[in-house]
Amino acid sequence: MIQVFAFYLFATLCIFSGAVTILARNPVHSVLWLILAFFNAAGLMVLVGAEFIAMLLVIVYVGAVAVLFLFVVMMLDIDFAELRAGFVKNFPLGLALAAVLFVELFVGLIVRGAGSVALGKADGASAQAADASNIEAIGALLYSRYLFLFEAAGIVLLVAMIGAIVLTHRQRSDTRGQNISKQNARRPEEATVNLQPEVGKGVQI
Amino acid sequence: MIGIEHYLVVSSILFVLGVLGIFLNRKNVIIILMAIELILLSVNLNLVAFSAFLHDLVGQVFAMFVLTVAAGEAAIGLAILVIYFRGRGTIAVDDVNRMKG
Repeated sequence: MIQVFAFYLFATLCIFSGAVTILARNPVHSVLWLILAFFNAAGLMVLVGAEFIAMLLVIVYVGAVAVLFLFVVMMLDIDFAELRAGFVKNFPLGLALAAVLFVELFVGLIVRGAGSVALGKADGASAQAADASNIEAIGALLYSRYLFLFEAAGIVLLVAMIGAIVLTHRQRSDTRGQNISKQNARRPEEATVNLQPEVGKGVQI
Repeated sequence: MIGIEHYLVVSSILFVLGVLGIFLNRKNVIIILMAIELILLSVNLNLVAFSAFLHDLVGQVFAMFVLTVAAGEAAIGLAILVIYFRGRGTIAVDDVNRMKG
C-alpha cells in the first residue's frame, strides 16, 4: 500500500515538475524544477530496487549537470523575454504533435485494451543474485562482463572534458599570466638573499 | 500493485513533455537542452524499469552509459553556447544562420 502511494506521489511530482520545467518563464526556475524532476525520478528508481542508478542520478544530474545549467543561465546576460516570443504561436501545433506522439507511444496498450505489458524472459546471463545487493551485483557485472563498456564511458567523459576546455579556453591579453620557462630558468645565485650585516661593515653585493 | 506499465506511462509522459518543450521554446537553446535532459531521463527510467521487472541488470548498466553520454552532451552543449554568446551576444536559435549555403 505504502509502495503504491509512494509511486503515485513520485510520478505525479515528476511529471508536474517536468511540465513546469518547459513552461516556466524564468530559466533559473526551469533549472530548479528540473532538479525536482530528477529527484523524483530517482525516487521512482529506488522503488524498483535500483538504488545505484538512483544515487548516480542524484550525484551526476543534480550535482553536476543541473549546477552547470544554473551556472550558464546566471553567467550569460540574456533577455529571456525576447526569446519567448514564439511561445504562444507554437503552442497549438506543439500540443497537437505531443498528443499524437503520446497516443502513438501507447497505441499497443490502447488497442489491446488489457493495459498490461507482456514481458519476455531475460537470458539470465546478468541476473541479480538473490543474496547480493544491487550495487554489489552491478559492480561485479561492470568490472567483468561490461568492462569495455565501462572504459568506453570513461573515454566519452574524457573527450567531453577536453572538448569543453578547448572550446571555452581563450588567451587574454589584458591579464598577466604565469611564465613557466622564466620561472624554471631562475637560479639561487641571482635571487634576492636575506643578509644580516654587522654594524659598521659593508655588504658585498 | 505497481507494474511495468505504470512506469512506461510515466516515462512516456516525460518523453512527450521533453519533445513538447523543444517545440514550445524554439528560440531558447538553454530550455531546449533541458528538454533533451528530460527525454534522456525518461529513457533511463524506462531502462531501469525493464531491468528491474525482468530481474536482469543489463538495463541498469546501460542506463549508466546513457547517463555518461547525457553529462558529456550537456557539457559540450553549454560550452558551445558560451562561445556562441561570446561572439554574438545572443543565444536565439533563429540567428544561427552563418553557415547557410
